[in-house]
Amino acid sequence: MKKHRMYYIRQSAAALTILLSAALCGCSSDKGVNGQVIVYNWGEYIDPETLLMFEEEYGIKVIYDEFETNESMYPKVESGAVAYDIACPSDYMISRMIQNGMLSEINYGNIPNAKKNIGAQYFEQSRGFDPENKYAIPYCWGTVGILYNRTMVEEPITCWEQLWDEKYADNILMQDSVRDAFMVAEKLNGHSMNTLDPAELEAAKNLLIEQKPLVQAYVVDQVRDKMIGGEAAIGVIYSGEAIYTQKENPDLVYVIPEEGTNVWIDSWVILKNAPNKENAEKFINFMCREDIALMNFEYITYSTPNVAARELIEEEEIKNSEIAFPDLSQYGNLETYVYLGEDGDYLYNELWKEVKAY
Amino acid sequence: MKTIAKRIYVALIILFLYAPIGILMVLSFNRSKTRAKWGGFTLHWYRALFQNEEILRALLNTLLIALLSSLIATVIGTVACIAMNGMKRRAKSVLMGITNIPMLNADIVTGISLMLLYISLGIKFGMGTILLSHITFNIPYVILSVMPRMKQLNVSTYEAALDLGSSPLHAFFKVVFPDLLPGILSGFLMAFTMSLDDFIITHFTKGVGVDTLSTKIYTEIKKGIKPEMYALSSLIFVTVLTLLVLVNLSPTDKKSSVGTLDSENASHSP
Repeated sequence: MKKHRMYYIRQSAAALTILLSAALCGCSSDKGVNGQVIVYNWGEYIDPETLLMFEEEYGIKVIYDEFETNESMYPKVESGAVAYDIACPSDYMISRMIQNGMLSEINYGNIPNAKKNIGAQYFEQSRGFDPENKYAIPYCWGTVGILYNRTMVEEPITCWEQLWDEKYADNILMQDSVRDAFMVAEKLNGHSMNTLDPAELEAAKNLLIEQKPLVQAYVVDQVRDKMIGGEAAIGVIYSGEAIYTQKENPDLVYVIPEEGTNVWIDSWVILKNAPNKENAEKFINFMCREDIALMNFEYITYSTPNVAARELIEEEEIKNSEIAFPDLSQYGNLETYVYLGEDGDYLYNELWKEVKAY
Repeated sequence: MKTIAKRIYVALIILFLYAPIGILMVLSFNRSKTRAKWGGFTLHWYRALFQNEEILRALLNTLLIALLSSLIATVIGTVACIAMNGMKRRAKSVLMGITNIPMLNADIVTGISLMLLYISLGIKFGMGTILLSHITFNIPYVILSVMPRMKQLNVSTYEAALDLGSSPLHAFFKVVFPDLLPGILSGFLMAFTMSLDDFIITHFTKGVGVDTLSTKIYTEIKKGIKPEMYALSSLIFVTVLTLLVLVNLSPTDKKSSVGTLDSENASHSP
């Protein structure tokens, strides 16, 4: 009896929703001739034109959804409210998803453009979080470095250590995120930025506390605007933002610090429970095509790992830009974040709280 | 001296209320993408806004959901008030308490629980789920603003209408409804704004590829919010401002104008 009632409720609820959604948006439910593919990507992280081109060429309808942080993407995928086919998380989140068995292995046979167009060094760098390159195909990457205003400093900035120079008190912008802040201190100490060694972490924490009086602010995306406006002399920033800030303010210089830094990679992954796996492969293959990768590079302006696309860039200045395409082999001690596990995350967060509260 | 202090005080309050919006509007005419530099006056972002299909679709979704959800919630809420009015005291206050809880409940709790409910019922996420959720959290606001009017209702007029041969339905629409109207209208407006504003519940209950303005803006965080959004926000603000001015300037100050409606409602609320 109870079961019967439950069934009834379920039926009527479903019927109501179908009715409503059909009435509201008849458009979103129609599929392409060859089905659909559901993509979950960062906001503003693709040239919308390329989606239309894909739909036209393959007859596959793209259902496109956006997220704002790795941390907000993860629970949505995990909850299974929507069965996504493809997502585009960052390095450490990919290692977490691999550990939790949420990803499906890539069949490179169906994605020929991946090995053909994407530089081997980027696959090599990905081994940090995807040891056998089984799950992730690089889409965008970059470094974390120092952006400084050459009119506001006395000598060129080349290393993290200068962020501890009292000359620049109240003129320094740090990233307001645990991993990025600790990365700076850990690199300066010559340790790994994925360390879980208590002594090394303690040292990094003390270094950050020591630096705190010199820091003007801990910020995230305001680094961009503050540096353009000349509100600070030195800031820690993602390389993807550096070219844009330089265009707005030619006095700004971006450097990769001598002590080494973080190389981040956002990659395409296919989810384990993807309902349209074949279409997902076609989509990723399409995104790896050189002309499409070029369009996306020009739209997003973050470095593309697609070597063939880089060859097609017409502006010599950008094509050979040390900021967009640094030669990774020239820098020592580059690392990529990996997932530290729940305990590791907790440890870092506690230490970061101590720094912030100090 | 005292008046000067008063004026400064009011000026400060108005400054803090409207300076952010003012800055936003100025930036919407800024040629440069960054807030740090004035690149000259341009209408480019307004043009770009009307060519940006995604933003326009998000705007349409937002308005559609706000309108539909507040309309449906108004109907359900009003009917619920009528029913509750006929109940015994005890049952009425219990029901009032139950409908008040969702309003006090944190949005994130409501959002996550709705998401879990839809998953367990196997409902497909999309426009429908957003609409259902918005109706859900709108109903209490309607009840809250209709109920006080209900209490003041004079039952005798309704009974008189029945005595004079009117059918109950007819009597309701001719006698009761006009008395309730101010409450219903302000309930509707409240529900509309709540729905327009909502981010968290929408975030958890939206399906793929369906965005409202709030969720759309939020996804732009990684790359920085585009100036088209400044343009859109300025347009929305100006529209609302003009509407308010028009309503308050209307020559024959009818009873149902927004201004009187609000003050009446405020003075009657418990």
